[in-house]
Amino acid sequence: MSPVLEVEGLYKRFPIAGSRSVVQAINGVSFSIGPGETLGLVGESGSGKTTVGRCIVGLIEASAGTLRFKGANISMPRARRPRDLFGKIQLVFQEPAESLDPLMRIGRSIEEPLLTRGGSAVERRERVLRAVEQVGLRREMLDLYPAELSAGQQQRVGIARAIITRPELIVLDEPTSALDPTARAEIIELLMKIQRELGTSYLFISHDLSTVRFISHRIAVMYLGMVVEQGDAAEVFAQARHPYSVGLLSSVLLPHPHLSIEANISLKGEIPSPINLPSGCYLASRCPLAEERCRHAMPPAEDVGGGHLVHCFRHRDVARYDRITDTFEQFQQEAERILGIHDGLPAA
Amino acid sequence: MVPQFSALLRSVGHVARVRPRFAIGYGIVVATLLAALLAPLVAPYSPIEANPAQFLQSPDWHHLFGTDAVGMDVFSRTVYAPRIDLTIAIAGTLISAVVGSVIGALVGYYSSGRGVRVWLAYGVMRAADVLQAFPVFVFAIALVASLGQSIQTVVLAIAFVNAPIYLRLMRSQVISIREMRYVEASLVAGLSDMRTIFRHIVPNAIGPVLAQLSVNVGWAILLTAGLSFVGAGVRAPAPEWGSMIAMGFQNVVTGQWWPSVFPGLALAVSVFGFSLVGLSIEVFADPVKRRGLLRDMETARKANGARATRTVAGVGP
Repeated sequence: MSPVLEVEGLYKRFPIAGSRSVVQAINGVSFSIGPGETLGLVGESGSGKTTVGRCIVGLIEASAGTLRFKGANISMPRARRPRDLFGKIQLVFQEPAESLDPLMRIGRSIEEPLLTRGGSAVERRERVLRAVEQVGLRREMLDLYPAELSAGQQQRVGIARAIITRPELIVLDEPTSALDPTARAEIIELLMKIQRELGTSYLFISHDLSTVRFISHRIAVMYLGMVVEQGDAAEVFAQARHPYSVGLLSSVLLPHPHLSIEANISLKGEIPSPINLPSGCYLASRCPLAEERCRHAMPPAEDVGGGHLVHCFRHRDVARYDRITDTFEQFQQEAERILGIHDGLPAA
Repeated sequence: MVPQFSALLRSVGHVARVRPRFAIGYGIVVATLLAALLAPLVAPYSPIEANPAQFLQSPDWHHLFGTDAVGMDVFSRTVYAPRIDLTIAIAGTLISAVVGSVIGALVGYYSSGRGVRVWLAYGVMRAADVLQAFPVFVFAIALVASLGQSIQTVVLAIAFVNAPIYLRLMRSQVISIREMRYVEASLVAGLSDMRTIFRHIVPNAIGPVLAQLSVNVGWAILLTAGLSFVGAGVRAPAPEWGSMIAMGFQNVVTGQWWPSVFPGLALAVSVFGFSLVGLSIEVFADPVKRRGLLRDMETARKANGARATRTVAGVGP
């Protein structure tokens, strides 16, 4: 099946005002998302996850690289993209409250993406009602203002606004990180339900690994603007091959005293500045496995089987530390037991 | 803002009790507007007909505010004056607010990033700097002198000298609001820059502009009167506070104070009223200040309840 979105060699540099140096926010990101698939994009703050999402929806222009949506080139910013692609790629924001105009009744906010696409007011009203129903809000709520809703309801409004154009790809920029655990679980369930019903592809950006593991089919781990490892979600979690992924996975807090992650790889030091990137592997200064060659050349992407790509010279050594595997599986089972989820994981 | 506003309108009575100065402000503004509307009913004499037989008469029951040097009734003229002063001030302020806000919104929206629009925005701001570098009054006199003396010119002068205020106010608001997520959401939804500006940015940025409007109408009344006082504004027989003060000015020296003092008082009181209204709008529009007001209303309500049983004195502002 041909992918919905292909990202190839994406770069983004931000000039720094009053200086000639640039922030190298994204450094050669490539990935693709298939129809009806969820790609989880994880990484710590400042790794460039959100910037990737904003390039894809066209809010900012990539410095280099190509973006293709079902074969059509969409590397340019929003305003210059083909008109018929409007509404095909939508965005859901991290901050549900800030993403809704406080002076506008939510019905008008949800209707907004339809305004440039013709159609009568009656038609728009019908679609708004359908979208509202799909996200599990009551139609009386259409006349409320955003401040009168809870954060979870506000995020449902954000999702309704995104699905009203029947998009084929939704970029979800940390949609659950501002929510309390109950609302988070409800939103995740809603997103999975919508995906089942509409077959929408998701780019799920988050630093919440347990959520990502739960919702994603595939995972891409970002570090300093590049995807250091990507592959099938279960496999990346079970057999992380990049030291950074291992470090990231071992930082997850597990909700049970008997569960603990005993990773033998621990990352030391701070994330380097994205203004002066190291010449070799970006992780070399923090990695306990770093060798001389790591400091001089960026390791190329290596396929370790089944589309599992790793940027590491020593991924075979990393693979030996597979204790995380079991712990994470246990954690998943524990979490499912606690939450009482029986639907099972998405194609995991 | 809209639902809160209607709620506030419902509780006007409560607000007036806690903030009597707001009530005074609105009272003055309404009285001034009524004077302008009902002048023919209120004024006992024609505002522009001189009665040379009765010049410089001191205030009495026939001429409440006395008569001036050519025998025109000062009270009638003072009551008629807001027709000219308010019209000029409100028209000038509205024009400057609309023009200034629209330009300010565009300048604010395009003030970051790259491209020719950023340079245009920069140019507009520097032009506003130049405009504001002139003393307002001198600049207004120069405008009236070069464009010819008429009511339209005075309106234009007021609009011109005030526009940079709105431009700056709107620009600073827009710069922060354009970073809001709902603005990005609108862009992602496919709305154009212009549509996004007028649909989301302007409505959310307009609050401080509205607060500034009322204060500015007060200033504009002062400016109109000032221009007329130095002879650059409205011409003599027309009833206008500034020119009345100027006409009566010579007589003050010889002890006939009334032709100058009454229009002067009317001018001062109306400007004061518009300032208070501006202040109240600022309070209503600012969530923090509004909360303070609501808290005071709550305490006043409780104190009222207590007074009913213990007959304690009321709570002052």
